[in-house]
Amino acid sequence: MSPDLVKTIFGRLTWDAIPLHEPILIGTFGVVALGGITVLAALTYFKVWGYLWREWLTSVDHKKIGVMYIILAIIMLLRGFADALMMRAQQAIAFGDAAGYLPPHHYDQVFTAHGVIMIFFVAMPLITGLMNLVVPLQIGARDVAFPFLNNFSFWMTVGGAITVMLSLFVGEFARTGWLAYPPLSGLAYSPDVGVDYYIWSLQIAGVGTTLSGINLIVTIVKMRAPGMSLMKMPVFTWTSLCSNVLIVASFPILTAVLALLSSDRYLGTNFFTNDFGGNPMMYVNLIWIWGHPEVYILVLPAFGVFSEVVSTFCSKRLFGYSSMVYATVVITILSYIVWLHHFFTMGSGASVNSFFGITTMIISIPTGAKIFNWLFTMYRGRIRFEVPMMWTVGFMVTFVIGGMTGVLLAVPPADFVLHNSLFLIAHFHNVIIGGVVFGMFAGIVYWFPKAFGFKLDPFWGKLSFWFWQIGFFFAFMPLYVLGLMGVTRRVSHFEDHSLQIWFVISAFGAVLILFGIISFVMQMVVGFMKREQLADKTGDPWGGRTLEWSTSSPPPAYNFAFTPVIHEIDAWHDMKQRGYVRPTTGFIPIHMPKNTGAGVVLAGISVVVGFAMIWQIWWLAVISFVALVASAIIHTFNFKRDYYIPAEEVVRVEDARTEALRSLA
Amino acid sequence: MAHAQALTEADKDRFYLTEDHHPENGTLLGFWIYLMSDCLIFAVLFACYAVLGRNYAAGPSGADLFDLPIVAVNTALLLFSSITYGFAMISAQAKKVKPTLIWLAVTGLLGLGFLSLELYEFNHLIHEGAGPQRSAFLSSFFVLVGTHGLHVTFGCIWLVTLMVQVAKRGLGGEMKRRLMCLSMFWHFLDVIWIGVFSFVYLLGVLK
Repeated sequence: MSPDLVKTIFGRLTWDAIPLHEPILIGTFGVVALGGITVLAALTYFKVWGYLWREWLTSVDHKKIGVMYIILAIIMLLRGFADALMMRAQQAIAFGDAAGYLPPHHYDQVFTAHGVIMIFFVAMPLITGLMNLVVPLQIGARDVAFPFLNNFSFWMTVGGAITVMLSLFVGEFARTGWLAYPPLSGLAYSPDVGVDYYIWSLQIAGVGTTLSGINLIVTIVKMRAPGMSLMKMPVFTWTSLCSNVLIVASFPILTAVLALLSSDRYLGTNFFTNDFGGNPMMYVNLIWIWGHPEVYILVLPAFGVFSEVVSTFCSKRLFGYSSMVYATVVITILSYIVWLHHFFTMGSGASVNSFFGITTMIISIPTGAKIFNWLFTMYRGRIRFEVPMMWTVGFMVTFVIGGMTGVLLAVPPADFVLHNSLFLIAHFHNVIIGGVVFGMFAGIVYWFPKAFGFKLDPFWGKLSFWFWQIGFFFAFMPLYVLGLMGVTRRVSHFEDHSLQIWFVISAFGAVLILFGIISFVMQMVVGFMKREQLADKTGDPWGGRTLEWSTSSPPPAYNFAFTPVIHEIDAWHDMKQRGYVRPTTGFIPIHMPKNTGAGVVLAGISVVVGFAMIWQIWWLAVISFVALVASAIIHTFNFKRDYYIPAEEVVRVEDARTEALRSLA
Repeated sequence: MAHAQALTEADKDRFYLTEDHHPENGTLLGFWIYLMSDCLIFAVLFACYAVLGRNYAAGPSGADLFDLPIVAVNTALLLFSSITYGFAMISAQAKKVKPTLIWLAVTGLLGLGFLSLELYEFNHLIHEGAGPQRSAFLSSFFVLVGTHGLHVTFGCIWLVTLMVQVAKRGLGGEMKRRLMCLSMFWHFLDVIWIGVFSFVYLLGVLK
């Protein structure tokens, strides 16, 4: 075949794109392929493909979608953490004559992939998953406002994750850092496919994130049970609402700015180039107008989890409910006017820097109010130190330290010294691990019995907590020290041997966190093996206060046989106090949405579009794009999207629960 | 919205509803929120134009390039298409399938007219050597106007889809809701175009 024909068929894709000369990648590929084949073989052997497809992959049930999001996040956490271990190992050994084991072009991909994966494919699916699982239950709804869109959003997120993973074995990932600043990410300095992988994976996943944001806002606004006015919503629902408002108000900006970068790379426009009037700082501003709200998108739901956990495990109403709500709303608004603190060094002048420095510091006021509310809830409460409560207390200690270093960085003159140093790295890991990760782990342990009907193993849970907590301090406190000494981020080799000890301590901390992750997985494995012992037959294993604990664990497909009526903030606590009797008769058919495979199909085609665009296989890009639009149109011709669960079925499920509750009593 | 969650007298002493309960349909609210998110994409493009729109890189400026009469015709086409969409909605409210389809067809044709003129203009500019690669001003011009044009293109595809569905299924509640969504989308694109027309073209021809 002529070279021209080959190029037309395969675009930029050649055998060189397969990293046969990189032993690390080949090894990883071997492990992934072996694991994948084992799983696929097991699924085929046990004949569960049909079950998986019907009950999970095509499901529009918000609970199952929530669980699938969290599974995605845990899988991607393993990948993202492997990157972290590789970086820690490299930095611990690469001093002076020792070059370490990662060449710079590989190291640069590793830190970029680590950031992208941890934010977009671990933290985001964790919060979206938890919100999906919990919010409809907390507001007494039977599903979300747009059940199909929910399934579609999930699969688009998976599509983005698949695109990132592809870059590991076909071609390479960006070497630009997780926000891909131009001009480095422009065509002139990154002509390869790395940045294109970055762009397309985020665009595909971004569609899902924006739509799920819209979906959950409408769900919370329109589908609350009768009596649940805004100021009677559970705090987790409040923080979810604010987080989703931020998603809708910021993700389109990411979409737009990445589209402009693509336009620079594909069409040769000059938005962010150095010549023809382009302006790279425009990109930096725009991406942080998305990026700063993003950190609050992640942390607000975590704050919501802590609020639920604290009041449940202290057996008290949350202290200062309305101040908690107002603090959340104020943070939501303020998060939008602080973005410039990420680049005080741009040189926008004293007045602009002062404005953004001050707004940044103001955010610590509502956040501080929240910390005090949690402390006052604990004050004179009957605290039960179950695993979720331990994560919460660990969070309060860790997050406050991270918050204070944040206020330090908010002072522009200090930032000029600390900008892009390891001090910054330590700061944001301090708030993201201490805030988001601890919060999501607390949430997973707390709501796991609701989702599956048994608690996680507490021994491994506590072990996981202590490994993470101690490991975190070992891994990141040395980075504060190094940052103050002037060590900058994203460096793969050092000359000054006196720094090495700090990196070794940090690597030791990373190993402790590895044990924390293993224990985290173990608490699920052991919990599953001991599921009879740890079973929750009541539906209310912790003495909960909000509506999700009023139904069975796991809840039936329709969540509530009858729509609850709400009178108080802690609705379920109120019902228990006032002698609520569970209805056992008079059930009626329930209207529910039907499952559909359209989400899987559309997301699958989107990945093909992305892949074709990345490798510039134009014919495939055109065909798959047309197929995408056509499938979307065909889907709109499907008008049979709902059905009724017959009353007999509801009676059967509810009677089984009545029987189970009776056997307990 | 607030009254949806308000309790009636009968609900005061009970913990659950014994009758069938359907929450309000959220499609229109959801679509409205989607439009606002789309509006933010345009906000970014307008911001880029505001920052980069005078960076001519020694190339042509708006005053050298823009042909206001063509743009005026274009604007008129789009604004009229909004009016005709309004007529389609009036017919849809009255459950008259045929007039609805006719007005939708007129709307689509006006949309196509708009797109053809825009493509003609783009083609002309590129042949004059004023393509999107020439300067940051032209990059931001082409991408802003082109993104609007892409939206109109998808609006046209969507319009045809809905025409087929209205012809097949008539004008039940579900179809009316879909027409309403496209209606909001179409008017939204009009509003954006008014921004483009005044901010890019009218201000652009001023020296």
